[in-house]
Amino acid sequence: MSGLIPLAFAAPLLAGALGTLLRERRAVQRTLTLAATGGVLAIGLRLLGEVRGGEVVTNDVGAWPDGLAIVLAVDPLAALMLCLVSGSVLLALAVAWARGEDDHPLFHPLAASLLAGVVLASVTADLFNLFVAFEVMLIASYVLMALRGGREQVRAGVIYVGTNLLASTLFLLGVGLVYGATGTVNLARLSTVVPGDRAALAGLSLVLVAVAAKAALVPLHGWLPRAYVHAGPAVTVLFSGLLTKVGVYVLYRLASLILVDVDGLAPWLVAVAAVTMVVGVLGAVGGKDMRGILTYHMVSQVGYLVLPLGLMTVDAVAAGVFYLVQYVGVKAALLAVAAATRSLEGSDRLEDLGGLLRTRPWLGVAFLLPALALAGLPPTSGFVGKYLLVTAAFDARSWWGGATMVAVSLLTLLSMIKIVTGAFWGERPERPDPGHVLTAVRRRALIGVPLVVGVAALMLGPAAAPLVDLARDVATALVDPSAYLAAVVRP
Amino acid sequence: MSAAVIVGLLAAGGTYLVLQRGVVRVALGFTLLGHAATTLMIAAGGAGARRVPFAGAGPEAADPLPQAFALTAIVISFGLTAFLLALAFRSRDVHGSDDLETDGGAR
Repeated sequence: MSGLIPLAFAAPLLAGALGTLLRERRAVQRTLTLAATGGVLAIGLRLLGEVRGGEVVTNDVGAWPDGLAIVLAVDPLAALMLCLVSGSVLLALAVAWARGEDDHPLFHPLAASLLAGVVLASVTADLFNLFVAFEVMLIASYVLMALRGGREQVRAGVIYVGTNLLASTLFLLGVGLVYGATGTVNLARLSTVVPGDRAALAGLSLVLVAVAAKAALVPLHGWLPRAYVHAGPAVTVLFSGLLTKVGVYVLYRLASLILVDVDGLAPWLVAVAAVTMVVGVLGAVGGKDMRGILTYHMVSQVGYLVLPLGLMTVDAVAAGVFYLVQYVGVKAALLAVAAATRSLEGSDRLEDLGGLLRTRPWLGVAFLLPALALAGLPPTSGFVGKYLLVTAAFDARSWWGGATMVAVSLLTLLSMIKIVTGAFWGERPERPDPGHVLTAVRRRALIGVPLVVGVAALMLGPAAAPLVDLARDVATALVDPSAYLAAVVRP
Repeated sequence: MSAAVIVGLLAAGGTYLVLQRGVVRVALGFTLLGHAATTLMIAAGGAGARRVPFAGAGPEAADPLPQAFALTAIVISFGLTAFLLALAFRSRDVHGSDDLETDGGAR
């Protein structure tokens, strides 16, 4: 029983509510959001220390007796997720501040509410509560997406809201069918009854389709590259660490508890993951601006993250967890570089750029380090992640799953080279300077944030052992969820 | 049986409207789909699945949990309908109509 778990959800939600009331007081809003996000990070680290050995901390909300309470449960993966999402929110807040995007009165309250939804989705052990968490998260993201209210934002907003609303409705229908078939929505109880119950499986498959759409698995990925490129650049950084990753997290949770016992599903998961990788990277190779390329890579990388779920060995899941941690940082850094380029040069379209390595060498370094990690070149963290993934796939005799990962890495490298040649080498095309001039401090922050993450990704390659150990602890608890089941279902 | 027919009709109408081009029609479509989901939630409940919590009511009491689900879902879908309509309104301001395909603003 730990009161820290509901606190991790309540703190950002409260910060969001207060921030909405104090919408003309930017300094107060910043402090509130930072304090709440830092609080979630602290709680995440504390819980990670508690549960690392495989214990599961739970909280029955409202202390209702007789199994009536909604159970919140934190296992190693959930604790890691709390640290990861709060860390990436901090990065995004720094970029938003540097670009001046957080001057909108609703930016901070929405970012805090988004974090609250993500936290709740990470800690809940209840299918309907998961739906509510998704909605808290998505409603904040709908407004963030359309925040600037221009032509493209409205168009992208309708695509984004429409797709996710449809997915949410399917989720709700699925929850209704699962409840009708089994009489419970507690994930741990479902894990014992769903795999053998065809009616419940039909309901759960609707839930899976909805989660797959939120994680942007092919063929449900189309909304992501269309919508993300039109959101504010700092908003894209914020979304990249939270939204699709929560979809992936829920897939990990469902796979660990339920899907692993469903016959014949594993090869399909591997196949969907492989197709997602290939389709995503092909879109990226064809991209014409930095953010367009990077958002297609989000689709491709979701494939890497989901493939281990089709193998479900400790090695594979540990590789997936390690990859998730380093990838969230790397992708946030790359999108931060794209945001910085847009601020400093006025555009991130490759045809408008050139010679950046000469005019802004530090921006070049800040791009190159995470780009190498994304492509998986040694000695970066991406290399370690991909090496673990590929060897785990071959160990599990998934030959073409492993081969696809290697091939897609080459194409990833190709698309990164495309950005380097287009934006960083060559000559800067003749065009007027952007009128929007930032202060020196903000310019340094814009380049400093991705630079710090890039250096961290570089260091994490040679010094990967602690994180690999942590990932193995997380994976062990996922592959054998008996502690989670025992903690969540009490007689 | 009647619940199944209602869910089917609502889902069919909602799907048809969601596939239209105007944002207002899409918003109405999602309203219908939301009603379909709510009706299904209510129909999913049965007194057989769980005991009456706390004190003494008879066995004919309805299952309260799906009703709580439905109430939550109604509130959420109401909020989202309002947001979609606001988007449609904004779309009329910046595009001249709520039809997103005719304005030629694609990149």
